[in-house]
Parts: sequence; structure tokens; C-alpha cells
Amino acid sequence: MSGPKLPHDSSDLPQDSGVAQTAENKLGKGTTGITRRGFLKGAGVTAAGTALLEGARAFGREAAATRGEHPEGVREFGPGPVAVTLQVNGKERVIHIEPRTTLADALRLEMAMTGTKVVCDRGACSACTLLMDDIPINSCMTLAIDAVGHQVTTIEGLTESSEGHSMQAAFLKHDAMQCGFCTPGMVMTCSALLKKNPKPTEDDVRLATAGNLCRCGTYPRIFAATLEAAGVSDSESTHNA
Amino acid sequence: MNQFVLVDCTTVDGALSQLKDGSVVKAAGVDLLDRMKNGTTTPSRLVNIRNISALRGIHPSPEGVTIGALTTLTEISEHPLLQSHYTILTDACGTVATPHIRNMATLGGNLLQELQCWYFRSEEYECLRKGKEICFAFSGLNQYHAIMDYGTCPSVAPSTSAVALLGLNASVELTSAKRGKRMVAIKDLYVHPDANPTKFTVLEPDELLTAVMIPQPAKGTRSAYQKYGEKQSNDWAIADAGVVLEMDGNVCRKAAIVMGSASPVVRHAPEAEAMLAGKPITEEIARAAGKAAMQGAPLQTAMQGAQPLSMNAYKVQMFPIAIYRTILLAAGQMGRDPSAAS
Repeated sequence: MSGPKLPHDSSDLPQDSGVAQTAENKLGKGTTGITRRGFLKGAGVTAAGTALLEGARAFGREAAATRGEHPEGVREFGPGPVAVTLQVNGKERVIHIEPRTTLADALRLEMAMTGTKVVCDRGACSACTLLMDDIPINSCMTLAIDAVGHQVTTIEGLTESSEGHSMQAAFLKHDAMQCGFCTPGMVMTCSALLKKNPKPTEDDVRLATAGNLCRCGTYPRIFAATLEAAGVSDSESTHNA
Repeated sequence: MNQFVLVDCTTVDGALSQLKDGSVVKAAGVDLLDRMKNGTTTPSRLVNIRNISALRGIHPSPEGVTIGALTTLTEISEHPLLQSHYTILTDACGTVATPHIRNMATLGGNLLQELQCWYFRSEEYECLRKGKEICFAFSGLNQYHAIMDYGTCPSVAPSTSAVALLGLNASVELTSAKRGKRMVAIKDLYVHPDANPTKFTVLEPDELLTAVMIPQPAKGTRSAYQKYGEKQSNDWAIADAGVVLEMDGNVCRKAAIVMGSASPVVRHAPEAEAMLAGKPITEEIARAAGKAAMQGAPLQTAMQGAQPLSMNAYKVQMFPIAIYRTILLAAGQMGRDPSAAS
């Protein structure tokens, strides 16, 4: 494409920056004046940020750069990137994000954990479901900075717990998916249900998944898989609902 | 979503000191992030009150119950004492949106969410409630809009919990750094578009909604709420009814009947309430009360009774049924309607 070259035209970027470019586009940095080049020019800031990382690990958000004089209990972040420490699947992760970054975007774009899916990006489909302190929430409607101090469990984290693993195995056995896009959210929702209510009825499963949309219509198999993972249905049950 | 400075506060005083320069308050942020993603709200500074632990919790007392503004809808709907004494509230909070949104959304945020009219929510439409001249709903798509008391804007009252809290005669505590605390009854919290199209509640920019107080119900009180949507879950109400009955045996001493999605501001149905007062609750009288609600005298405008728009006459049929069935549910004479939201 010809035409005037903008100061921060993406063609200036190294070819290998695909992921970061996507992240920038997603966050709409092009419209806010913050660019990759400008960010790199602020190398001093980056170095200072690195020096803070140890502190950030120890104190989470408290160690992130704050500014201005504020009363006790008031801290200011952003609008640029700040160091944030998250507890994801039992591991500590330090990322640099703008305060506007959602938890779903932080996982997918900053931590390359793409198991959490984003479909509607408005909390209407629950594809982005993950657990915060064992409670299922929509990560697309939660700021990543609000997850500081909480235990975040994603679909990637379930493989290490037998409960989540048995749910995934039951989904496979019952072929409880077609396109698979709602599946991580469904598995997280159903796993959370079993933590809260180990012996649910089918109605309990229906209510728990009431916000999880599956446009392929695999609900009957999802219900059967969940009941089997809970050990409340016989494993030969059919899914001809 | 635009860039912003996030001012994180862990105390009420700290948060109050930051309510300046056009700052916008964020609790869970469910409604706010939706508007920011739509581009209809573009704050440069958010005051994050989500981490103020003092604003969470359900505190029963001899006078009633006080609920912190940051208590989630799930915490309310699953609370055993609220379930037995304030069933209308746990019914209402338990049917909002989806289970996951209820896990995040706070009571204060539910009360103060902005209108859900699709013209108001769209960046493309500069409507009356955004300070412009035109309401697009009258000549546009209005199947989910108001049928009563709407005047210049037929967007319906968005808060489900407000229906229950109006029925329970609750108040909100509004706190400011300069003026301290004031109590405002739920019936006085919302501003009708005819009074001021761009001011949705009486909350001032330097105030936080810090708590909700619900008085102790009179002895013999029974209550219920039912909501009807196009879908059984994960949907907005197209018709809903909140009912609080002060019973003496089978005789109703006093009734509160409230509708949310009928009008721009959540409203009582005084005609229906008058029909029940002093009488035994029967199917016949419950049906009559539902019909009477649609004859409603104007509360905020000059509009007498239900006056549907071009696409929502069906709502005039639905409300009497919602009210009739919910009266009988509250009275213990009918089970929960399987076609209502669960």
C-alpha cells in the first residue's frame, strides 16, 4: 500500500513482533498515542520497572509505580503500563499492562495462555469463564489489575487437579463439544459447580451453566458429562435429550 | 476501551477524596466496562472502590438488615436469612443476568447501572438521555420499552434489585466527604426523564452509594419476585412483578406490588395494592389486581394507564399475568412459575 507513512506505521516494527503487534492493536494503542517505539525509547522507565520486579513479586500491586500525593489507602495507576503480579494456576506471574487491560486479554496476549476464549467480550456468553478464588467469573468483564491478590484458575490449570481433569475426561467421553469454542468456559463452570455442590442434579447443572452459551447445542452432553464427573449418573447414560 | 488512570482505594474516605475532576466510580465494573467498550462512556480517571472491604457484607439487626454496597448479587441471593425474610430480594438478585455476572456484580452497581435502551447504549445514537433532542425509540425499535408513565423517554428502569427494594421500602445510604451521610428512599433515588433527561439518580458526583438499609418486615410478611424474559435465563425482564404481602392468616393487611420493566422509573401499582388490602388472597382477586395495575394512575407524567408503543402491546398482556402469579406465589398458593426466569 502506498500513501503517506505515518510516524508509527506498523511496517516500522520488526517482523517477529506479531504477538505484541496483535496486543497493541487489541488495546487500541494506535489511537492513544502510545506506541511500541515510544515505549522502547523509555528504556529508563523499563529498567526502573525491572528493578521493581522483586518488590512487585512480594507485594503485588503495591509495588507498582504510583505517583502523586495521596491519602492512605489510595494508589494511582496508569494510564501507561504498570507492573502487576498475578497468581495464575498457583504460579506467580509479573506482567506489564495498562489498567484498562481485561483479565482475558492479559492471559491471552501477555501470558500467551489462550485456553481462555473471548467470544462476545461483554459478559453475555461466558466463554471466558475462569475461577477467581474458586468462584466462576467472566474474565472479559474483569480488569486484570482487579485480579491482584486473588487466585486465578484457568482451563490450563485444571489439568493439574484431578477434579478438573476428570471433568475434561468426561467431556471427551461424552463428546460434549462440536466447535469447541465454549468448551473451556463450560468446563470451568462445571468444575466450579462440583467444588460448591459435589452431587448436583441435572437442574443444578442447567442453572450453573445458564450463562454459558453453546451455539452448537451440545448442552445435553455437557449435562451428562458433568453428572458423570460428579459420579451421580451411570456412565452408560445416553444423551438423547 | 479508552485509556484511563485507575485510582485504587481501600477505604471509603480515600475514595471520597478522589471523587473529583470528572472521575467515574468503578465497583465490579460490569455495567461500566460494557459502556466503555461501547464507547458511550469514556472516563479518563476511574476511582476503583472494588477493594473497600468495609463496603461488603450483610448485617442483620433488630431494625432490619443493612447490606454493604459491594455485596455481590450471589452473596445476597444465597443468604439464608434474606431468603426467609426478604424473599422478594433474593428472588430478584438471583435472576439477574447470568450466574457469573451475579458472582461479580454488586448491589450498588445494580442499583446505579445506566439505562439498557439500545439507542442509549449505542455510540451511533445521540439521544435525549445523552443531552440531545431526539428519542429514537418512539419511531424505532421499541419492543422492550415502557408501556406506562414514560413521557419523553420510554427506556425502562434497568435495575432488578430496585424492584425488590422498592417493595421492601428500603433506603440507600449516600456518603460525601463534605456533607456526610444522607438516607434516600428507593422511591426517591431515581430521576424521571421528564424531570431531567440526563440525570438518572439523585446521587451527586461527590457521593458514593455505601449501603442499603431494609426495615424489618411486619409480622406475617410474605414476598416474592418473578421476572419474564424472552429467554428463561440470561435475559432482561420484559415483564416482572415484585409482591410484598403483610398477612394476617389469609387476610392481606397491606400489599406492595411493584413493576420494573413497565416504566422509566421503578413504580408501585397503587390500584392493585388497594384491591388486596383488607381482603383474603384468592385467585380471583389476584387476577383483578393484575388487571387493575394496567389502569395505573400516572405517578410521574400525565399518562393514564398503559399506553403501549408500536411494538410492545404484548407487555400489557404480560404484566397482569406476572402480577397475578406472583401474588399467589407470595401468598403460598401457587408454585414458582416454570416459565419465569430462574
